[in-house]
Amino acid sequence: MGATAASLLGGLSLAKYAHAAKGPIEIGVLHSLSGTMAISEVSLRDVVLMAVEEINAKGGVLGRSIKPIVVDPASNWDLFAEKAKYFLLQKKVPVVFGCWTSVSRKSVLPVFERYNGLLFYPVQYEGEECSRNVFYTGAAPNQQAVPAVEYLMSEEGGEYKKFYLLGTDYVYPRTTNKILRAMLLAKGVPPKNIMEEYTPFHHQDYQTIIGKIKKFAAGGDAAVISTINGDSNVPFYKEFANQGLRSEDAPIIAFSVAEDELRGMDTSALVGHLAAWNYFQSVDTPQNKRFVKNFKAYCKRKKLPGGYKRVTDDPIEAAYFGVYLWKQAVEKAGTTEVDAVRQAAYGQKTLAPGGWVKLDERNHHTHKPVLIGEILADGQFRTVSRSKGLVAPEPWSEYTNPDKGCDWVDHKGTYIKT
Amino acid sequence: MLAKARLSTHTILLSGAFVLLVVSIGILWPVAAKASQPPGASSHGRSPATELARLVADLSSPDKAVQRAAVIALGKLGDPRVLSVLEALRGGSLYVWRQPSGGRETVIAREHATRDEKEVVSIVRADNGEIIQSDDGQAIYVETSALEAIWPDRRLRRIMKPIIDELRSRVNLFDLDPNTRRSAATRLGSLGRPELIPLLEEALSKEPTWWIRNAIHEAINLLKLSDDNPEVRREAAVRLGELRAETALSTLQRLVEAPAGGDSATSDGSVQRAAEVAIEQIERWEGITSVVGTLFRGLSLSSILLLMALGLAVTFGLMGVINMAHGELMMLGAYSAFVMQGWFQTYLPANLFDYYFLLAIPFSFVVAGAMGFVMERSVIRFLYGRPLDTLLVTWGVSLILQQAIRLIFGAANVDVTAPSWLRGGFQAMVGVQLPYNRLFIIVLAVASLVGTYLLLFHSKPGLRVRAVTQNREMSACLGIPARKVDTYTFALGSGLAGMAGCALSTVGNVGPDLGQNYIVDSFMVVVAGGVGKLAGTLAAAFGIGGLNKLLEPSFGAVFGKVLIVVLVILFLQWKPSGLFPAKGRLAEY
Repeated sequence: MGATAASLLGGLSLAKYAHAAKGPIEIGVLHSLSGTMAISEVSLRDVVLMAVEEINAKGGVLGRSIKPIVVDPASNWDLFAEKAKYFLLQKKVPVVFGCWTSVSRKSVLPVFERYNGLLFYPVQYEGEECSRNVFYTGAAPNQQAVPAVEYLMSEEGGEYKKFYLLGTDYVYPRTTNKILRAMLLAKGVPPKNIMEEYTPFHHQDYQTIIGKIKKFAAGGDAAVISTINGDSNVPFYKEFANQGLRSEDAPIIAFSVAEDELRGMDTSALVGHLAAWNYFQSVDTPQNKRFVKNFKAYCKRKKLPGGYKRVTDDPIEAAYFGVYLWKQAVEKAGTTEVDAVRQAAYGQKTLAPGGWVKLDERNHHTHKPVLIGEILADGQFRTVSRSKGLVAPEPWSEYTNPDKGCDWVDHKGTYIKT
Repeated sequence: MLAKARLSTHTILLSGAFVLLVVSIGILWPVAAKASQPPGASSHGRSPATELARLVADLSSPDKAVQRAAVIALGKLGDPRVLSVLEALRGGSLYVWRQPSGGRETVIAREHATRDEKEVVSIVRADNGEIIQSDDGQAIYVETSALEAIWPDRRLRRIMKPIIDELRSRVNLFDLDPNTRRSAATRLGSLGRPELIPLLEEALSKEPTWWIRNAIHEAINLLKLSDDNPEVRREAAVRLGELRAETALSTLQRLVEAPAGGDSATSDGSVQRAAEVAIEQIERWEGITSVVGTLFRGLSLSSILLLMALGLAVTFGLMGVINMAHGELMMLGAYSAFVMQGWFQTYLPANLFDYYFLLAIPFSFVVAGAMGFVMERSVIRFLYGRPLDTLLVTWGVSLILQQAIRLIFGAANVDVTAPSWLRGGFQAMVGVQLPYNRLFIIVLAVASLVGTYLLLFHSKPGLRVRAVTQNREMSACLGIPARKVDTYTFALGSGLAGMAGCALSTVGNVGPDLGQNYIVDSFMVVVAGGVGKLAGTLAAAFGIGGLNKLLEPSFGAVFGKVLIVVLVILFLQWKPSGLFPAKGRLAEY
């Protein structure tokens, strides 16, 4: 009976959309093309448009082509919320691909929840969130920060014993460092071996901090864990090298420095430092080689700045396969209607450039591999460690919130584990 | 006829067997020799090249145990070529090449390229590092499909890591770059293996630079701390104290807490006492170096602030124009450095690259100055005496400039590579290294200040500028072309901003919103110093810079900056027109 009803409903919704089958499906692309975050977000817009072009070339979704609507929220968090409203109320798009910073995501979240929209969010973040209207295709803390520090503590990673947690002063670094501190303490690192420090956005003068790091790392068993975001990274790495520190003295492992950011840096100062991600451009799979080639060709064909020299990175990959996951969910649901697509999306797998990924059956996050890479002189990464298989996402960290979990199937969101 | 033929067949067979015998002896001999040698003996009396080749060939063995044995044996060879092989293995660029002729060879992949839509790569022989060439002497590129990767498993990686680390440090000990040599010495010193002392002593005898010799001394004495003889340990601790060896601090502390040697009964207290004295010496020295370090950092930040504010002191201080696009003029200067770097890379031979920065500085001055000229002629001249209007208009100009740069160069930061003479630093004393780029900025800031001073106060055009600034109508009546003077003064201020941007590209990043990071600081300096006075700008730059570096260690970067702003506001409450009260156009308002 239930099955019949479901199929009937499916048929109805198909019928409902059948009359519109000729028109294209409009989707929203919400990335900053100007302002501070343009440096990172422009590439995400580019790759989303490329994915749409690919899908359209193969006949679109449900026999209809996709028409992306691009807006520029200009790195202005209020404008993000306003543009989200525009998408959901005026354009009535079934899905939006967008956001980078946690603050932009937090400002659009109430809009998506209130008007029941669907957002694909492609960037690693600090966790402690579990929205029914967002699919997180970037990493949760246990898929990036935690395994990265575990690696540094391992025999292979160099058995580092002292950790300098350095970040930009906002929600992502503070929350991540809270988790990492709890984890280090749980693993028996004494509190005097953990330093924590924050700098403002756009901080340019790292002399004092590097001086401190130099003293802290004098014994040779210290590592720097950097959650510095944006343009402060360049002066930070430059000063690190200028004061004569090398990755051999104290390696820096970063969570916000990817290939796209390295394009604007003099990488000779960075060789040997580390980064943790779920994807590198250097990942050696046939589908990734194709993806990198296509992206470069796309940027060149569209005459985008950088052209053939453009690189791919983790958020770019996550933004890309996000579009495909949505497409698959739509095809499974037979409609673009938000609730049906959400149900259909659970457990969806796709062959992303970096390998198979899977949307979790319950918590809206993505199962991904964890990679740790060393920066090479050409701005690429060499993978030095790779997780066995996919790591399951934990939006609530076992170190800071062991009692909380996220489940949209049985418990409708965040719940207390028993 | 037949007999003859049989005879020749015999000869061939015989000689073939002989060759076979020789070859097999050649192959078996090293193996037999190895078996008869005591373990740990080095490969004397055998051709190291064949040994290397054999072990490299073993690396591609499907048997993991053979692979592991080969890696361990390679580590013991002590041959620098081993390092490149093992690093290639770790990095996944070691391959077995299936030659078209059917042979197999272990090779290292070098340059990747795309030819006719196919991924190709140039290769070198793994055992001797020779580039594989075709008959006409060109490096050949093979298709990646002809290569079979040799991929180390986790266990092999663990075995490789210490071997590579040690080999790398051994090689780096004799590197050309002083910082590499220093960190290699430090690393070897921290390994706790006294058998490395002879190697370090060899490096010591060849080392020309005093502070690296120091680091090697430190490493040797650090290794001696794990000697069996307490007297050697005591001497090492004393020596480390004399060397002010920061790197030894944690080891010495461990020594004080729990005496080394395992058996505390045999190790006497003198080692412990020596360690305590050494720790005290080192910590006292740390106090001195941190004072020197803070002073230098303050000086460096001050010089940056001075450089940034100098242009503003001219446009805002002298002319009273609130130029919100000042930061963007700095950005133009930084992008000029990027453009100049690109020209050098494209049009000039590589050995001239290091000099691009010398040309980039005047070029950035000209570019930003020209932009200032255009701004003044097209917009600002119509708005003199209306500071709020200028504020809004120049704000608009700054947005236009930012977005224009984004359209031309893209939103991503661009990479300005500092010339080699601006990298690294000058070792002033033990524990204090002064980065060259910061020293350079200090020199440039002082030079710009002196230049601006001479131009304004000891030259005819400067006299005119001051005349127009103080009384415009009167100067015009006396025949000074006031409008022209305005234009050139504004262009001068803009040019100074551009030069600042160019210099800052060596410490910071170069992107479309570079200017936004500096504009507030620049205004703070000029306002606190008192508009219109170079001396005020100088004093404010040093006051704010020094104070910032004094506060930062104890308050942290975020709170330190807040404190500075609060202090500046309080200061302006007390002295509203800054350190040096203004004369000139702004005083009229």
